[in-house]
Amino acid sequence: MRESIKDKVSIIGTGCTRFAERWDADVEDLIKEAVDEALEDAGVELKDIQAGWIGTGRGSQQVPMGPPSAIIATSSLQTQYIPFTRVENLCCAGQEAVRAAAFGIASKSYDLVLAIGVEKLKDTGYGGLGEMFPGPWQPVYGALGTPPGRYAMAATAYFSKYNLDPQEGKRLLAEISVKSHYYGMRNPKAHLQREITVEEAINAPMICWPLGLYDCCGVTDGASAAVLVPSDEAKAYRDDYVNIKAFSIACGPGWGKEDERYDFTYWRETWEGAKVAYEEAGIKDPRKELSLVELHDCFSIAELIACESMMLCDWGTFREEFTEKRAYYHDGEMPVDVSGGLKSFGHPIGASGAREIEECVKQIQGTVQYPERQIKDFELGLAHNQGGHPGRFVPGICIVGRP
Amino acid sequence: MAGITSFGAYIPMYRMSREILAQVWGGKGKGEKAVACADEDSLTMGVEAARDCLKGVDKNTVDALYFATTTAPYKEKQSASIMAAACDLKDDIVTVDVTDSIRSATVALMMALDAVKAGSARQALVVTADTRLAGPDTRYEGLFGDGAAAFLIGNDDIVVEIEGNTCITSEFVDIWRLEFDKIIRVWEERHCREESYVPYMTRAISAVLEKLKLTVKDMSKAVIFSPDQSMQRDIVKQMKFDPKEQVQDLMFDEVGHTGCALVPMVLVRALQDAKAGDKIITANYGDGVDAIVFKATDKIGKMADRRGIKGYLASKVALPNYGKYLHFRDLMEWEHDLFMERRMALAEIWRHRNFYFRFHGIKCTKCGHIMVPPPNTCIYCQADEKYFEPAPLADARGKLTTYSLDVRSRAVDPPNVLAAVDFHGGGRFFSQMTDRDPDNLQVGMEMELTFRRIHDALGIHNYFWKCRPVRGE
Repeated sequence: MRESIKDKVSIIGTGCTRFAERWDADVEDLIKEAVDEALEDAGVELKDIQAGWIGTGRGSQQVPMGPPSAIIATSSLQTQYIPFTRVENLCCAGQEAVRAAAFGIASKSYDLVLAIGVEKLKDTGYGGLGEMFPGPWQPVYGALGTPPGRYAMAATAYFSKYNLDPQEGKRLLAEISVKSHYYGMRNPKAHLQREITVEEAINAPMICWPLGLYDCCGVTDGASAAVLVPSDEAKAYRDDYVNIKAFSIACGPGWGKEDERYDFTYWRETWEGAKVAYEEAGIKDPRKELSLVELHDCFSIAELIACESMMLCDWGTFREEFTEKRAYYHDGEMPVDVSGGLKSFGHPIGASGAREIEECVKQIQGTVQYPERQIKDFELGLAHNQGGHPGRFVPGICIVGRP
Repeated sequence: MAGITSFGAYIPMYRMSREILAQVWGGKGKGEKAVACADEDSLTMGVEAARDCLKGVDKNTVDALYFATTTAPYKEKQSASIMAAACDLKDDIVTVDVTDSIRSATVALMMALDAVKAGSARQALVVTADTRLAGPDTRYEGLFGDGAAAFLIGNDDIVVEIEGNTCITSEFVDIWRLEFDKIIRVWEERHCREESYVPYMTRAISAVLEKLKLTVKDMSKAVIFSPDQSMQRDIVKQMKFDPKEQVQDLMFDEVGHTGCALVPMVLVRALQDAKAGDKIITANYGDGVDAIVFKATDKIGKMADRRGIKGYLASKVALPNYGKYLHFRDLMEWEHDLFMERRMALAEIWRHRNFYFRFHGIKCTKCGHIMVPPPNTCIYCQADEKYFEPAPLADARGKLTTYSLDVRSRAVDPPNVLAAVDFHGGGRFFSQMTDRDPDNLQVGMEMELTFRRIHDALGIHNYFWKCRPVRGE
């Protein structure tokens, strides 16, 4: 008989490296930095960890085609012969590590486990994201289909569907990026710590029309980690532990780009995943009940469409419901990405999952470093990741909250 | 009697004003020349001309394909075989590359005629294209342009009869390239003109007219090859062609000297204006001379829907500067791209060859939807692939559903335009867009398909289809 994961697993510690172009650190250094912080936060020792999962999209890109195993974690941490597994689900990889660790606890196989996410993107020798793993159609059919190229198609389609002229559309996206940079400036671990104006965002160098420089997240190195225990034992570690309320992974059938029914203006996979996660967590009205949504804003347009797809407003109403009401600020009606988001905090593929969860945990514990972005009366936080590209996504959602 | 049953031509969209060359090298520039886009080569341009030629043709009747060029993309690996696939011809045909001489195209035409006459081919497709290069800052740099033409030779429904021909071969050396040469080497032009071009051209033209008991005056048009802008005058004068009425302009000021494809392209241009009964003589040069007399039949009007030279000549975009030209024709040593160098998977291309080369999607017979690339389960009704049948889509048109302009792309000619095209008959193609003006794209615009060289990796030319705004109509 199936049981819900809700309130069975608790997070007692989190850690996160500074997200940046980490020329100083290789992939194993990043892992150790995040894990050391998580263990200290949890007040436990490495020798007591019973099992671990590490999520990474590509790990170290020294070997372009060779994704690493979990040995990158065990050799970094020097754990001694405990179970350790590498998981991969593109940008969901980090959240998959947390999910696998939570299932390890919920199955009662372990009672103290580690989840890690890591990505070292900056060692390839060229800008942008590295080579994707070879899959059907990739080398020639998918040639030059870059992440901004693919997401920008969604922006063009959104503008066209909702009759936004290019300047209106650009301004709508610019407002989102201004908010992301505002919070990045107030987050000492964020990659991009600089505020921008709407005019700067609109007039920034073009990356891929209609997306300019400030509509796109950077390419970032980093790692994040979380320590998980059974909820009924969490009190023994700390009073302000945080419970997992729901997980969902809604892996799409992957052919949206080729499907005439798909118009690029919504994320069907995220919509499906949100429905499952809300039900699991018992959420009826997400905009009212969620205190924070940390979502996958690799591009400004991604934040806009993810908000609509997670039913935080009706289709096509983002401008009215978020921009005009300033709802997405930390003191607004529905705060979104007040960590700075992928856009400003950075997006080392596998590291973003646990990093977003950490933001929710710190908000609940009232320990975000800058009071200017501390959300009051925090109950439930949602972390959303989304691997792939419009039409071909694997989204992951994790909802956490007070016990 | 065997003859031409169809024809077509192709001119790339980009044109470089010779004033651009004058700005770089000095001097004065007159006219412009056609320049193949960065994703084009002789093979892809040949495919374009062939597709123009094959409009409305039953492809099952095509038993042979001859491809004439001096600029084949591979030294070893036949172009005609790739071209046959891209034209979606059947595979039990003879494919031949006829190379190494700028006279190859008319030689291929005569070979095709012989094959059809002998009964070994019902119809034979002759395609020619060239992208020849001359050294920077030479007079030939400005002269040489890019283009293609195609003819179908068969027995029935002849639109142009081939009255007769003559062929003279010569071991004369005037223009040549060695194995690794990208640009031509040239012997002194005066030697070429006096010892080879003029005597051989006049001899061949006289011979074919004598053989057919015709005179120069019987010709409506004369397509007379010329190595450069001036030498043709000697032939016109000696043979007493009327320079105004009879001599078909070689389009050096609009297209440039297209090498192997020059005489065929100019012939297509002449045929697009020809009336039933018009006689046209061609004299082609290179390693000797051949001369052929053609006669338009009363079926010539059937060719009205060919884009040909007239259609493609009018559809053009100015190449903005010499740097673009260097990029398009790969005339410098460029920064090495670590990212692109491995992007090739021959085994996968081969598995899906009907998609990559022929652009066959699939149609699900259960729900009726068309899909590209072919999935192994229907993406609409999840039916198994046993319900699939091939859906040839290379000739399909559709509307632009959405797009983006990737300014930072690794494309040789950024912005790289990603596009989703919904075909009118069903099916969605997620695609790169070529031959586009980035400032003039709108959701909903009409798109067609074109066969292009996507990128090179591991020494392999990756050919595949792109979309483009409809051209040349």
